This record gives sequence, C-alpha cells and structure tokens, in this order.
Amino acid sequence: MEMTRRQFLKISGAVAATLAVIELGFDEKGAQAKSKEFKIAELKPTPTICPYCAVGCGILVYSKGDDVVYTEGDPDHPINEGSLCSKGTTVRQVYTSEKRITKPLYRAPGADKWEEVDWDFALDKVAKNIKETRDRTFIHKENGLTVNRTDSIAYLGGAALDNEECHLLQKLFRAGLGLTFIEHQARI
Amino acid sequence: MTNHWNDLKHADVLMIIGANPAENHPISFRWILKALEKGGKLISVDPRFTRTSQMANVYGQLRSGTDIPFIGGMINYILENELYHKEYVAAYTNAAYIIEDTYSFEDGMFSGYDKDKRSYDKTKWAFKKDEEGKTLQDPTLKDPNCVFQLMKKHFSRYDIDTVIGVTGTAKETYLDICKTYASTGEVGKAGTILYAMGGTQHTVGTQNIRSYAILQLLLGNIGIQGGGVNALRGESNVQGSTDFGLLYDNVPGYMQVPTTAETDFTYQGFLDRITPKEGYWVNKPKFYTSMLKSFYGDNATKGNDFGYDYLPKLSAGRNYSFMRLFDAMYRKELEGLLLFGSNPAVGGPNAGKEIESLSNLKWMVAVDLFETETSSFWQKEAGADPASIQTEVIFLPASSSFEKEGSVTNSGRWMQYRWQAIKPKGESKADLEIVHMLARKLKDMYKNSSNPADMPMKAMTWDYGESDHPDIDLVCREINGYDMKTKQQVKIFGDLKDDGSTCSGNWIYCGFYPENENLAKRRDSTDEGMSNFLNWSFAWPANRRILYNRASADLNGKAWSKDRVGIEWNALEGKWKGHDVPDFVVTKGPDDPTFIDPFIMMAGGKGAIFASINEGPLPEHYEPYENPMKNSFSSVQLNPAVQFGEEEMNAQGDVSKYPIVATTYRLSEHWQSGAMTRSQEWLAELVPHMFVEISEELASEKGIKNKDKIVVSSARGEIEAYAMVTKRFKPYKLKEKTVHHIGMPWHFGYKGIVTGGSANRLTPHIGDANSTIPEYKAFLCDVRRAK
Ligand code: SF4
Repeated sequence: MEMTRRQFLKISGAVAATLAVIELGFDEKGAQAKSKEFKIAELKPTPTICPYCAVGCGILVYSKGDDVVYTEGDPDHPINEGSLCSKGTTVRQVYTSEKRITKPLYRAPGADKWEEVDWDFALDKVAKNIKETRDRTFIHKENGLTVNRTDSIAYLGGAALDNEECHLLQKLFRAGLGLTFIEHQARI
Repeated sequence: MTNHWNDLKHADVLMIIGANPAENHPISFRWILKALEKGGKLISVDPRFTRTSQMANVYGQLRSGTDIPFIGGMINYILENELYHKEYVAAYTNAAYIIEDTYSFEDGMFSGYDKDKRSYDKTKWAFKKDEEGKTLQDPTLKDPNCVFQLMKKHFSRYDIDTVIGVTGTAKETYLDICKTYASTGEVGKAGTILYAMGGTQHTVGTQNIRSYAILQLLLGNIGIQGGGVNALRGESNVQGSTDFGLLYDNVPGYMQVPTTAETDFTYQGFLDRITPKEGYWVNKPKFYTSMLKSFYGDNATKGNDFGYDYLPKLSAGRNYSFMRLFDAMYRKELEGLLLFGSNPAVGGPNAGKEIESLSNLKWMVAVDLFETETSSFWQKEAGADPASIQTEVIFLPASSSFEKEGSVTNSGRWMQYRWQAIKPKGESKADLEIVHMLARKLKDMYKNSSNPADMPMKAMTWDYGESDHPDIDLVCREINGYDMKTKQQVKIFGDLKDDGSTCSGNWIYCGFYPENENLAKRRDSTDEGMSNFLNWSFAWPANRRILYNRASADLNGKAWSKDRVGIEWNALEGKWKGHDVPDFVVTKGPDDPTFIDPFIMMAGGKGAIFASINEGPLPEHYEPYENPMKNSFSSVQLNPAVQFGEEEMNAQGDVSKYPIVATTYRLSEHWQSGAMTRSQEWLAELVPHMFVEISEELASEKGIKNKDKIVVSSARGEIEAYAMVTKRFKPYKLKEKTVHHIGMPWHFGYKGIVTGGSANRLTPHIGDANSTIPEYKAFLCDVRRAK
C-alpha cells in the first residue's frame, strides 16, 4: 500500500483542518508539481537534515540571495523518501520568522530592556566574565592532588547542535577551562 | 537504537511503550506501517490512547510509572510457559552464570543496602569465579543460584492479577499482549521494542529500560534485523551530543571523567579503575590517550601522562547532573551559566524554582535562534521585577541548521551531513564559529600566564585556522583521529594507540573521516540488502547498522532465519559476511571458544540479563515519588537508591491533596520547550493553546466542560490551561481504588507567537537512581475550573 500524503498526515497527527493541510503544501499531486516547478526553477537544492526529531529526515533547501525560496522532503533520502511531518515541512520559517534574533543583545544588571550591541562587545564580555569567575574560583590543587576545576560556571545544551560543535564545546569547557557542570538535554 | 528506522519494517511484532512515534517521530511510521502491511502486529502501551495506539492491533492502558510490573509480568508469563528462545538464552546471555551466595532479595530489597547512603554494595551480587578467575556457569540453567533461576524466582511474584492491579490494564488485553509479544520468541521471528521518554523519565527509568532489554534477550530479539531495544530520540542530535561527552560524568565515547578518588591520583590508577578486564573495553586506555592527544596535542607527552593532570577532577562522590546544577544555583554557588540552545525555564523540572534560581547568577550567556523564557527570565512579562535582578545577560544570536554546515547523528546512529544552503541570517553566527572565536579570545588572554592553574588552557590545542571562521574539515579530522607523526587519518579505532602516537577526539566515530573523505556526506541510497543502506552516511561504530549482529546467527554462524540475514559465517572464505558490517572480529571462526560470545562490549561477551546497577541487578517495582497507592510488591515505596537533592527544590505532594496521576508529553506541531516552533507562524497557528487532556469521567466529576479554562495544581505550583475533555484517558481501576489520570504537553511558555502555561511548573525535582533524569512522567496533581 502506497500511502498518499493525505493519509500520512492523518496518522502523523496534524490536528489542523484541511485548509492548513493545503497551506502546508499537501495539495493534490499535479498542482503541487506545477507550483514547485514555478517556484524553484533554476534554483540549486542544498541537502540538509531536519533540525527537529532524531528520525533524521532529509530536506532540500532552495535558496536565492537572502531568501529561502522553498523547502521539500528529499526524495532520495532512504528514511523519509520525500515526505516530512508538519515540523519538517515548515522548516523554512526557522529562517524567515520575524522572531529571529539577528544581533547580539545585552542586558545590564538591573536593566529592564535588552540593548543591541556588536559582536566584539558581546564576546569580550563573555570572555571576561568566564575568565574572571574561573580565575577567582579555580581549584588547582586539593589535598595535594592536581584537580584543575571550577565548580562555579555551568554549561548547558547541545542536543540541537552539530557534532563538530559539540566536540569543540566539550574541548573548550572541560579540557581547557576545567568546568565540571557540563550537561545537556539527554539528562532531562 | 540498537537498530535503525528502516529496519522497523522487518519486525513481526512491534511493541511501543512509553513512546508515541505517530505524533513525535511521524516519519518513522512509514516503516512501522510497512511491517504491518506484511502482517506484522503493533502493540501500543501508554497511559493515554495516542495516535500510535489508534494504529495498533492492541492497546494496553498503563498507569504512568508501572512499566516494571507490566514487563515483569510478561517476563513471568514467558518463563512460566517456556516461550523463550532456549538456545539464544543459554548461549548468548548470562543466564547460565552463577551468582555469589551473598546475593539475596527480600521484601523489595536486595542484599548489601546501606540505609544512610541510600546505596548498595554491589559486590554482594557478583558473579562467582573459580580459582583462575573464570565465571562459574551452569549451561543446563538448573543451578538455583544461576541467573536464570534467580530471575525466574524474582519475576514469579509478577503474576497477572497483581500486575494488572497496579498497572490498571484490562486482563484480556494484558494476556493478549503477553501472547502476541511472546510469539517472537520462536526461532526465526523478530520483535522490536520502541521506547522514548515515557520509559526513561521515572525514578526507576534505567530499570524500566533494563526490563525491556531482559525481555528482548529472553526472546532472542537483540542483534537481529527487525529486533532490538530502540530508544526513539527526540532531538536531531541528542545522540551526537551524548556521544560527544556533553555530560558531567562522560568524556566523548562513553568514557569516565576522573575524580578526586585515590585511584585517580595517577593516570595509570585511573585507567586501571575504568578499564574492565574482559570485553572490548580492555582497549579503553588507547581510546583515552588518543582523546587526550586530541585535547592537548604535542603538549600531551608520555612524561606528563598525556596531560591527564590538565583534565578537571570531579569531587569524588559529588553528582553534578542537571538537577544538582540547579540545586547549586539555588544555593548561590554558581556564578555563571552558558546556554547553547537550551531553555530550562520551560524544559526543567519544577521550573518555577529553577527560574527563581536563575536570578542568583552573576552572569548568563544564551546562544540561541530566538529569545527564550530562560534568557529573558528577568523581564516583567516573566513575572519578575527587573530592577531587583542583578544578573548580567549576554544573548548571542545563533544561525540555524541550514545556515551553516556540519553533521548530526540520528536515532539509528547515522551521522548525516547538513550542507550550508544560505548565509547566516542577519548578524547571527554558527555555534561552531562562536565557540571558535571565544576559545581564541580566551587562549589569547591566557597566553602570557605562568600560573600553573592556567596550564590546561595554554596546553589545549586550537588549530582550526586563523580566521574567525574555523575550518570544519580540520575539526572533523581531529574527531576521527590521525597518526601524530605522519598526519595520516586513522582508518578504524582498532588502530588507535596508548603510546601517544595517535589522536582521536571520539573513538566511536573513528573511521568516518578516512583520508580526504567525510563519509557522513555519502548519499548513495542503494539498498544492498536488508535496508541497511551501508553507503548512505556513516553509522558508528565502524558503519555497523545493527548492533550485536553476531547474534543474528545461530551457534554455528548460520542466520536464525533466511529472511533475516544480518551476518553469517562463511567457512569457505573464513570470515563473517552478510548485509551489515560485522559487529564481531571478522575472521573469528568456530574454532575459537569465543565464537559464541556476541556481546563484544560485555565482559564474557554475553547479553546481560543480570546487571548490577544502582538499585539492583534485576528490575523491581517501586512506586513513583508521588503515587496514588501502596506498593503491591513489597513494603518499599520509593526506589531505595534514589538520591534526594536540595530539599526546598523538591516539595512532595500527597494523594489526599493531589489525587490525580499526571504525565507530560509532546505534540507533532511543537518541539521541546517550543522556543523554535512557537516562534513560527504556521506551527503556532496549528496548535496555539496550552491544553490538558482529561477524561469524560473526571470532567463530569469536576463539572468541567470541553474548552473550559482550568487550573492544574501540584505541590510545586499551578498553571492555567484549556480543558480538552477526551476519551483518550480513562479512569484506572487499580487493586484498591479507581484513580484518574491526566496528561498535558510541555511545549508552552510566555515567549513566542503563541504562549501558555509551562507544564514543568508542576513536575517534581527528583530523578532516576542511575541517570538522575527527572521524573516528569508520573506525578500527582489536582484540577479545578478557573474562576
Ligand atoms: S520531518 Fe518530522 S519526523 Fe522527520 S526528522 Fe523532522 S520532525 Fe522528525
């Protein structure tokens, strides 16, 4: 039994009514092919993997200049073979959402607002805070044993990052700075 | 997952317990449906009738927190009716091992308990050895002290009537599930167990998963195509971030972090402590030293124990896990918090108290795509008084997954590459770039220091290029590992050395980046047999797709079933061959006595029916921290090895005040704390409101109608939400009483396009005795109509 997208959506649990289903691009096959042709003509697809759950579905991203024009399930991907759930389908909006923060922000102690700052300012602050706290709280030796740690800075996160990022984060915060409180979403 | 997504289609029976893939891993259902089309059977076990249950042949209703009785009863049924896979159990598991006489079990307690420490002396449950140190065995499985007999005795208490009096499952349904699933014990059949956080997020979470594994070993379902114990992971790279050691007690590749214990004073002493005497882990020193070389490069020498002293040593016996981290923050011991895509103000247990703790920080750094409830905890809309909060907050805008390049590892351990499709939005930057710039800045700040405390920072290598944008290929080459002299990439972890001549950032990924080629980028989707797609991406370890696949073949090396060939012994060629990369020494033939030891990571090579973890060697039922009834199996109410944290973080509710059992879950349209999905128009519109599902019976008792605004309260706090009156929850008929059960999504908070009450304001701050994962999935509450 070949599942149609509609049947699939039914079991995939989209609570929405038909209207939303059509908006999501789960339109009749013909119409969809046509609109797709129109929208993505001459654009090069870039393969990516869905950023949400760990099924790891393939997605093709069609972009032009500063715009993600269109995204669709990767038909060559062995797991999803072109289909996507509601989250994978709407991945374009991770880019287009007006809620995206596009500049570093700073909140001074006691302030009730963010201020926009530049990267130099922001990264300098981060580095200085880390160094100041680390150096003041660092335990180099304890009962004669070299322990090289600080228990005063914590790191959280990683389940949505790339492997290469996880490697560097772990290296910097544990092997370099000596943090003990290193945790991420697998624990919660 | 021991297996992978496409492989689900090979199952004869699938039991999904504590997971709801139809809604939370929707595309996985393609492969589940393929199994059903071929006549496969689907069992869904869940407190709520989910969309997975709707597709199932049998649905078993299960009160949150009673997996061990449920599975224990199945184990008992299988043993009593001799439905297990006899050859497999006798040869491939530790069923034949003899246990020391010091082992005992009485009224819910194993021997060796220390009440003050709430912990066991596990040596009391050791395997009995002969003079040469070999484990004594009884292949007939008759010795009363062998694992098989002890297990039989242990689970004989899980008779059907006691079980269903605890789980609330209807008797006929329960028997049907036992029978259907036990059918996979027949030689040649395959059954798979799929679970998610419904299994793990309990004070007995690890033992829940152990109970699934024991069931699978008894039925001969591990190592075979269409079988396995399969964790459905909820985040695109939660597998990878775990593999890469972003946990307090793990460095990359599932190895330990040194502590201040006396054994760890020297590198050799530490290695002796963490290296088992048998099994593949005997190679751990090679992996560890190679990892230290990836951290400290040429600054790691034989003379300085490869930089072992540079590594932080955890305070021995101290737990630094997520909840203890917040305890420390609550006690004002933490000054700084770095968040890389993390939103504990919505996702953490007892979130109200955790948010309160945030204001004890001196500074916070949040790296994210969107403003989260955590990064803005100081705002008025969070209910805070900004003027009184002295925390300095720096928000660094990150770019999303297709605005950068890199790999993620899915649930089936496939490491898949994501190419950059567009340049980062606005001024946002990839996390890789952020950590790179930060590391370079810090290294620069420490470069002239002669303080011994700063040596780790100075010794740490950071050779990923001189520009702000790191060369990701150099990062990948380091993760894979290379020969320190020739700089040639290492081909496989078997080539790693403990003499400092090789480096490898993560030994389990070794082999993904041979000379000049990143195998995570492979896109050949040809199925060369059994849907293992060996040329698509790279699966760790060594591109093996089904773990323990030696067990897919019988004692002579022939596949148990012609339809399910994983690997087989080819006598002519003198090697293992088949549709997968052997998870076994390729040339190990029948002449070798260890030819029948498929579980290569385990001492003795046998699957662990009996395995010593913190609360005992066999799963035993204890009630959740908050529970509606007395434990039916013993007088011990709570898991005796559970550790308590900061008392004020951990209020406990009583059934007299909070009579309703509650659980949390996820939806298709939102993801985790909702920071990403509630910030986009379409998904926000699809599910715009926080709701709580309550049964028709409870609704009528409380005078609540569908869509009414209600208040849900627990000992930790209360939230408002819309009532969704549903048939998906039914009252539970337990031994002594009937209890109500409700459920709610945990995706909501006050930021984003759509907002709503955070379910985690209700959840308890207590967790599993081994992993310390919080008990989100079973707690007590009450509901009332909002005024
Ligand atoms: S498209 Fe849906 S099922 Fe596929 S990875 Fe994304 S969230 Fe998971």
